[in-house]
Amino acid sequence: MTSDNNATPLIEVRNLKEYFPINTGWFRTTPLKAVDDVSFDIMKGETLGLVGESGCGKTTVGRTILFLYEPTSGEVIYDGKPIKTKEDIKQYRTKSTMVFQDPYSSLNPRMTVSDIIGEPLDVHKMYANAAEREERILELMDHVGLNSEHASRYAHEFSGGQRQRIGIARSLAINPEFIVCDEPVSALDVSIQAQVINMFDELQDKLGLTYLFIAHDLLVVRHISDRIAVMYLGKMVELADADEIYEHPLHPYTKSLISAVPIPDPKIARSNQRIPLVGDIPSPLNAPSGCPFRTRCQYATDACAESMPTFEEISSGHFVACHRVNEIND
Amino acid sequence: MALLEVKDLHTSFFTDAGEVKAVNGVSFNLDRGKVLGIVGESGSGKSVTAYSIMQILAPAGKIVSGSIKLDGQELVGAGERVMRDVRGNKISIIFQDPMTSLNPTYTIGRQLMEAILLHTNRNRQEAWDRAIEMLRLVNINEPEKRMKQYPHEHSGGMRQRIMIAMALACEPDILIADEPTTALDVTIQAQILELMQKLQKEMGMAIIMITHDLGVVAQMCDEIVVMYAGSYCERGTADEIFYNPRHEYTKGLLRSIPTVSTMGQKLQPITGTPIDLLNLPEGCPFAPRCDAAMKICIKKAPESMDINENHKASCWMNVADQAKQGGAQSASVAAQPSSDSSQPDVVQPASASSAVQTADSQTSDSSDTSDAFPQTDSTDKGGAQ
Ligand SMILES: Nc1ncnc2c1ncn2[C@@H]1O[C@H](COP(=O)(O)OP(=O)(O)OP(=O)(O)O)[C@@H](O)[C@H]1O
Ligand SMILES: Nc1ncnc2c1ncn2[C@@H]1O[C@H](COP(=O)(O)OP(=O)(O)O)[C@@H](O)[C@H]1O
Ligand code: SF4
Ligand code: SF4
Ligand SMILES: [Mg+2]
Ligand SMILES: [Mg+2]
Repeated sequence: MTSDNNATPLIEVRNLKEYFPINTGWFRTTPLKAVDDVSFDIMKGETLGLVGESGCGKTTVGRTILFLYEPTSGEVIYDGKPIKTKEDIKQYRTKSTMVFQDPYSSLNPRMTVSDIIGEPLDVHKMYANAAEREERILELMDHVGLNSEHASRYAHEFSGGQRQRIGIARSLAINPEFIVCDEPVSALDVSIQAQVINMFDELQDKLGLTYLFIAHDLLVVRHISDRIAVMYLGKMVELADADEIYEHPLHPYTKSLISAVPIPDPKIARSNQRIPLVGDIPSPLNAPSGCPFRTRCQYATDACAESMPTFEEISSGHFVACHRVNEIND
Repeated sequence: MALLEVKDLHTSFFTDAGEVKAVNGVSFNLDRGKVLGIVGESGSGKSVTAYSIMQILAPAGKIVSGSIKLDGQELVGAGERVMRDVRGNKISIIFQDPMTSLNPTYTIGRQLMEAILLHTNRNRQEAWDRAIEMLRLVNINEPEKRMKQYPHEHSGGMRQRIMIAMALACEPDILIADEPTTALDVTIQAQILELMQKLQKEMGMAIIMITHDLGVVAQMCDEIVVMYAGSYCERGTADEIFYNPRHEYTKGLLRSIPTVSTMGQKLQPITGTPIDLLNLPEGCPFAPRCDAAMKICIKKAPESMDINENHKASCWMNVADQAKQGGAQSASVAAQPSSDSSQPDVVQPASASSAVQTADSQTSDSSDTSDAFPQTDSTDKGGAQ
């Protein structure tokens, strides 16, 4: 799926930090480092998958690069232009949007499908008259495979898969170029997931969209992504082409993560050598010094406690943050 | 004799909106020391099957008919005294959400001790020792300290391991695990599954593993039951179900999941929406979503049929296939005066690709079982004679 015309970045994220102040006692707050110095690019027309354990900061990355949270520090560059002022953000909001995980709670059950999809059109005044609005709503419904009879029905009358379609049509209303998809199929039944995944694929082809696709199902991410980034405790630890990261994971955490995926094929599953991880993910309120993974890493040495390894390009397009990446992988 | 035999189980909830037939004729056997997987979409009746075995259904729920035999003893209608013994000593269950089944106001130690004191003949000291031993077994560090802590002081993975410790403390013959890892991350899931496999080997118990994750089933299970709308589509060894699926729902499910080989290709989804149990169709419950549905499918529910000694399935497709293979046999079927064999009477296939499948498995519209077989290519010859 990767192709050469992916060469220009649409989004460049530089040293992004998002710290949440947490009350830890009388008049005392401690920063929770949800995203801690993360840098990456998303190319035009590409799908970048983002994976990692619950609480590692995936949603926060997604929300921060859309400026739904104000970044603690760092920079987001959109189509070559750094986003700095309020006006920049307002402009950027007409090109970027988000699709949420839960199709049950993210739509108002008392609104009709046509109201839900029409709302962003109203907010951004994207039509000249009522007929044009109507036509646009029907076009958006058509994009996501809903038919026109559905327009006057209420969200609560629809199944999970259909609600996710409504949510996506609403996100498409502003004609976005970039969409953060936060676990968009996780709440759906397996038999329905494939329909929605295919729709994301088709919309990307048809409308030239760029996705940041967050999911915890690694087989789904692998299917849909051109490249995949792996996060651990607020840091990005590895990024590479989807195939490359599955076939040659270099970071010890990625290796465990990929080996832990249950493969839906009994013969492969039985012979699969899992690399077990001991212990639980530490609290982001007291992350370990140095490499965040060192408390669970079988290769950790004293040096790993002293400094955070840099996120380096080990081979073409393959980035890893591990002090011992060369020793471990030769 | 199998350790657990479930035969034609029907369980319903009697609600204001009507009778919800949550389990609608499920049968399976579980042998000692084996792992049986139950898979199916949300609402297909997996949990209700488990709760029926334990007889811990919500008040509106009732086992309507069928038989559940544990070691030869009938449990349906056996009474609460028998069931208390079964639940305490023979079958344990782990629920999907460990937070709802651990009491947040009691320490871990108190809850473990209570389970052990209630179900085994140990005194307090022995029960304490046993609890510590069980926590060690499920890889909880510093168990003495953990015994004095509350559930919220533990991560999701730890709570789930504590639930397993509690379920195993009374050394059950059967452990029912209802989506034990669905709420967990993959690395933690791998820890829990590995632990369950190890304990299962060491203690020789049997496991019923309920999940919607085909990966988990492939890794863990010897045998699999696939459920749809409260009934079973097929059951058999894991290899049979994965490599020789014989029900259209199972086939569709296996086609729809992403694998290494689907990279860069379109997935093949199951079309349509999940079933509404209040409005079950008359024939095969999967017929409204089945690309291969034939006329008989919407008229008559398929009966269970032996595919081989390790595999049973309930799908009219198999009858069609069998008729196709056994030429002589199907000829005799065709020779019967069936009303409209010359005018194939098939359900309109939902897509072009399925038309190929459907074309050679056209069904006659016969009402009695003996000639309710779908007619095959030879039908046309028969009709022409
Ligand atoms: N608004 C907030 N205020 C304080 N802490 C927050 C806030 N949002 C997120 N966090 C914390 O930041 C960390 C990262 O959270 P985030 O939601 O980004 O994780 P995630 O990777 O998306 O996890 P999941 O897979 O569970 O969705 C967590 O420790 C979380 O508790
Ligand atoms: N207490 C209840 N009252 C009414 N209906 C119920 C109750 N519990 C379960 N059901 C219904 O029974 C069916 C099967 O549910 P369940 O066994 O929980 O499905 P799953 O396969 O997801 O575990 C569903 O349609 C569900 O809505
Ligand atoms: S830097 Fe050290 S602790 Fe971190 S992943 Fe590499 S070897 Fe392990
Ligand atoms: S072919 Fe008929 S019996 Fe088989 S799954 Fe489809 S509808 Fe059901
Ligand atoms: Mg999230
Ligand atoms: Mg359930």
